[in-house]
Amino acid sequence: MTLAVEVRDLTRAFGDFVAVDQVTFDVAEGEIFGFLGPNGAGKTTTIKMLTGLLAPTSGTGRVAGFDLRRESEAIKQRIGYMSQLFSLYGDLTVEENIGFFAGLYGVTGPRLAERRDWALEMSGLKDYRRRLTGQLPLGFKQRLALGCAVLHQPPILFLDEPTSGVDPISRRNFWDLIYEFSGRGTTVFVSTHYMEEAEYCHRLALMNRGRLIALDRPAALRARLTEPILEITTDHGPATAQALQGARGVIEAAMFGRAVHVVVEQAASAAQTLPAWLETRGIPCRGVTHVRPSLEDVFVSLVRLEGGAVAG
Amino acid sequence: MRRVLGLSPRRLFAMARKETLQLRRDSRSLITAFLYPALMIVFFGYVITFDIRNINVAVFDQDHTQRSRELVEAFQAAGYFRVTHRLDRYQDIQPLLDRAAVRMALVIPPGFQRDLSAGRPAPVQALVDGADANTAGIALNYAGSIVTAYAARVVLRASQRGAPIVAQSRVWYNETLKSSNMIVPGLVAVIMMVIAAMLSSLTVAREWDRGTMEQLAATPVHRVEVILGKLLPYLAIGLIDVIAAVVIGRLVFHVPFRGSPVLLVGLATLFLIGSLGLGIFISAATKSQLLATQISLLATYLPSLLLSGLIFDLASMPFALRVISLVIPARYFIVVLRGIFLKGVGPEVLWVQGLAMIAFAVLGLTLAVRAFRKELA
Amino acid sequence: MTPAVSLRDLTRRFGDVMAVDGLTFDVAPGELFGLVGPDGAGKTTTLRMLAGVLRPSTGDALVGGVSVARDPEGVKHRIAYMSQRFGLYTDLTVRENIDFYADLYEVPDAERPARLQRLYHFSNLGTFEHRLAGQLSGGMKQKLGLCCALVHQPEILLLDEPTFGVDPISRRDLWLILHDMVAQGVTVVVSTAYLDEAERCDHVALLNQGKVIALDRPAVLQESLVGDMLVVRASDPRRALERLRAAPGVRRAALFGDTIHVTLDERARDWPGVREALEGAGVELLDFHEIGPGLEDVFMERVAR
Repeated sequence: MTLAVEVRDLTRAFGDFVAVDQVTFDVAEGEIFGFLGPNGAGKTTTIKMLTGLLAPTSGTGRVAGFDLRRESEAIKQRIGYMSQLFSLYGDLTVEENIGFFAGLYGVTGPRLAERRDWALEMSGLKDYRRRLTGQLPLGFKQRLALGCAVLHQPPILFLDEPTSGVDPISRRNFWDLIYEFSGRGTTVFVSTHYMEEAEYCHRLALMNRGRLIALDRPAALRARLTEPILEITTDHGPATAQALQGARGVIEAAMFGRAVHVVVEQAASAAQTLPAWLETRGIPCRGVTHVRPSLEDVFVSLVRLEGGAVAG
Repeated sequence: MRRVLGLSPRRLFAMARKETLQLRRDSRSLITAFLYPALMIVFFGYVITFDIRNINVAVFDQDHTQRSRELVEAFQAAGYFRVTHRLDRYQDIQPLLDRAAVRMALVIPPGFQRDLSAGRPAPVQALVDGADANTAGIALNYAGSIVTAYAARVVLRASQRGAPIVAQSRVWYNETLKSSNMIVPGLVAVIMMVIAAMLSSLTVAREWDRGTMEQLAATPVHRVEVILGKLLPYLAIGLIDVIAAVVIGRLVFHVPFRGSPVLLVGLATLFLIGSLGLGIFISAATKSQLLATQISLLATYLPSLLLSGLIFDLASMPFALRVISLVIPARYFIVVLRGIFLKGVGPEVLWVQGLAMIAFAVLGLTLAVRAFRKELA
Repeated sequence: MTPAVSLRDLTRRFGDVMAVDGLTFDVAPGELFGLVGPDGAGKTTTLRMLAGVLRPSTGDALVGGVSVARDPEGVKHRIAYMSQRFGLYTDLTVRENIDFYADLYEVPDAERPARLQRLYHFSNLGTFEHRLAGQLSGGMKQKLGLCCALVHQPEILLLDEPTFGVDPISRRDLWLILHDMVAQGVTVVVSTAYLDEAERCDHVALLNQGKVIALDRPAVLQESLVGDMLVVRASDPRRALERLRAAPGVRRAALFGDTIHVTLDERARDWPGVREALEGAGVELLDFHEIGPGLEDVFMERVAR
C-alpha cells in the first residue's frame, strides 16, 4: 500500500503560539481521511503545510512521494486544493472561472473542453455557465470550487471545510461527490468541524489545540468510549442536565438536541436509578435509551481524558 | 445618565479611551504619529532649500590685471561660488557647461581694468547653465550683486567725494534669508495635515473591515460620540507633534519663535480638528482601509505641498490655481505659522486666518458627522 | 401577552436578490427562539434588521415595542446583539472590552463589580481578565461576546450563530448560559445552522432562501413528518442507501453519519418488504429501529417539497 501522505512530528509555530504540535499520521491512497476539530484546532494550518503553502517549523512530511519542504512545487502539481476562504472569482462567470483554473493547471485543448463539460455537469451548472459566480447560492459555489480543484485530475485532493454553512441537502450531495472521487482512486483529505460528517470518512484524525488526540476509523473511535451513554428525554432538557450532574453513577451529563446524553458508569443500573432521581426533583422522565456514542461524545470524553478543558 | 447637548460624556470618553488603548498598542500607528513627522521636518528642512552653495564656476580672464584678479576673488569670497577652472580659450567653456562640470562661466574681457580706471563701462559676461532655471536665476542674482558691490567699492576708492546713492537693503523677519526659516514653519502645516488625515482615515474604515463596527452600531452610542471620541486621542497626538516641531525647529534649524505659544496651540487645534474631521470623513465614506489611505494622501499631500504657498509663491501662479488655493486649509495655517514663528504677530493680524481655521474645523466635523452612518446599509 | 419581538412582512433586498422575503411571526417574551437555516437563508440579514443595524426594504418589526423601521436607535437600549463575526476588539483585554460595553450602555458604577463577578463566574473568563481578546480561543471569544452583550442586562438577546465552529465543550457551555438567561426571563432569539441545536429552542422558524418554510415548536414539527421513520445501520451504508432509494415503499433515505434515516411511504409502511428487498440484494443490515425525526429530517422534507 503506497502512502499518499506521510507526516512525522509536523509542527508549526507562529512566534510563541504553536498552531500544530508534532502531528504524525499516514494517509493511504484512495482513502477518505477526515480531519476533525473545532476552529483554531490547527486543521487549516496543517493543510497549508501539506499543500506546500506554509513551511513547517519542524518535522517532516511527504505528499504524493514528494518532500514538503524541498519539493513543494512538485506537490502543487499533483494535488487539488479547495481552500476555506472562497477561491472562485465572484465577478467571473462560471465558465470563465473554469477556464481560468484550467489554464493554471495546464489543462488545454480538447482535454479542456472535456473537463469543462464534466465540471459543469458535476456541479449542476450546465444551464448556468454564463451566470456570474458571485450570484450562485453557496451550495453550488462549493461544488463548482470542487470541480475547479480537480480539472487536472489530481491523485490527491485537499478540502478545507468545504461544507461550512451549506444546507443539509447540498452537504449530502457534496459528500456523494467526494465518494465518487474516492471510488475512482483519488485520495481525499478533508477537514470539517461538523462532527457527523466525520462519520463519512474512512479514517479520522481528531485535533484539538494543535495536537492530534486520536487517529482511527470512526467505528473504532466510538468503540473506545467504554463508558455507556444513556439518552434521557424529559420536558425540560436544561434542568435535567443540571440535575443529573450531581447524581451517583453519572460521569457527565450534557444536552444533546432536546434530550440529555448522560455518560454513566453502568448502563443497566443507571437506567433504573436515574429516572427515579429525576422524579424526586420534580422532573418526570419520558424515556431512557442506551445509545451509541456520537462522535461529539467521543471528542468531549477524549478531551476530558487528556485532562484539559478546551478553554483558554 | 448625564447629557451634554444631547450627548453622553460617558460614552464619548469610553470611545476616546478605547481608541487610545488601541493606539498605544499599535506600533505602526505610533510610528506614523510620532516618528514620521519628526523625520519629515528634519529631512525636508535640510533638503528643501533655496540657498545655493558650491556653484562651480569657470573663469576666463582675458585681462590678467590686478582688478580682474580682485573681481575673481570677490566671487570666491562671497561663499556661494567655487572657482574650479581657469580657462585660456573661449571654446573651452562650452564643453564644461555641457558636462555640467561648471554651472557658470565668468568671462572678463581684455581692457577691464583700463576701462574701470577710465570711468568707462566695463562689462563682464556671465554664462549660466539655464537648464535648471531656478538655480540659474539665483546664481545670476548673486553674480550680479557681487559685481555691483565690487564696482561700488572700486568707484568709492577712486573718487574722493562722498558715496553715490547706495541701496542699503535690510531684510526683516529673516535677516539671513535662510530658507529653513521659511520652510520649516510651513512644513509643520503640511506634515500635520497629512499625518492627521492619514491616521484618522484609517480609524473608521478599520472598524468596518474588522467587523467591530457592526457590533458598535447595535449599541445606543450616538454618531457624534463616536466621531468626537475617535478624534480626541488624535488631536492630542497632533498637538504633541506641533510642539515637537517647534522644538525641532529651534534646536536643529535655529528657527526663531517670536510669537505667542498659546495662540499657536489654539489655531493648531482648529487646524487639526479640520484635518482629522476630513480624515474621518474619508474613512466613513470609503469604508475600506485601503481606499481611505490612498484618498487621504491624495486629498491632503499634493494640494498642501503645491498650492499652499509653502514652496511655490502663490502670487506667481495662474489665476485659476490661486482661486483653488483659497480652499486649501494649509495655505492659511502656513501664514499663521510664519507669522507666529518669524514675525511674532498676534490675533490683530491673523484674525483672517483664524476665521479660516474655524471654518475649516466646522467643515471637517460636519462632513465627518454627515458621512458616518451607523447602519450597514 | 404582547410579543417581545414581532415581525410584519419584514423584507430586505440587495439589488436583485431577495435576502429576506416578507417574514411575519412573533416571539413571546422569555422564549428561546431559533432562526434556523443554511447559509444564505436570511438569518443574518433578519437579525441585523431586528438589531437596527440594517434598514428593512419594506415591512417592519417591533422589538421591545419599538419599530425598527421608524426608530432603529430606540431599539438598541433594550437589546444586545452579537454579530456572527467576532465583533469585539482583539487589541483590548477581556476586562477592557467588558468595561467599554458597560460604558456604552451606561451601566451604573455601583452595579459594575457585582455584574462583573457574575459574568466571570459563568464564563470562566476571570483568570483571563487581562488577556488580549485576540489571544483567546474561539469558544472563549464567543463567551466574551456574550459577557459584553449581557453586562447591561438586556430584555432581548439577538445572537447570530454564536456557536459556529466552536468546540463541542464550549458549545455546551454557551448553551447553558443561554438557558440560564431564558430562565431569568430574557427573550433570546438565536440563529444557527446546526439543526440539532435548534431542537432545544421553544420555537423554531426554518428559513430557506429568505422565506419561512416552517414555524412551530420543534416537537410539533417533528411529529408532523409524514410517514414512519426508521434508522438503519448497514455494513455498507452507501450501498444500502442506493438500494433503499431504489426500493418501492421508501419515500426518502438519507445518510446521517454512518446510519440511514429512512422515511417510508405512508400508504405502504411496508418495512418488512423493504427489508427483504435489501437483504435479497446482499446488503447486510446490522440494526434498525424506529426513531422520531429530528429537525434536520424536517428541514430536508420541507425543502424537498
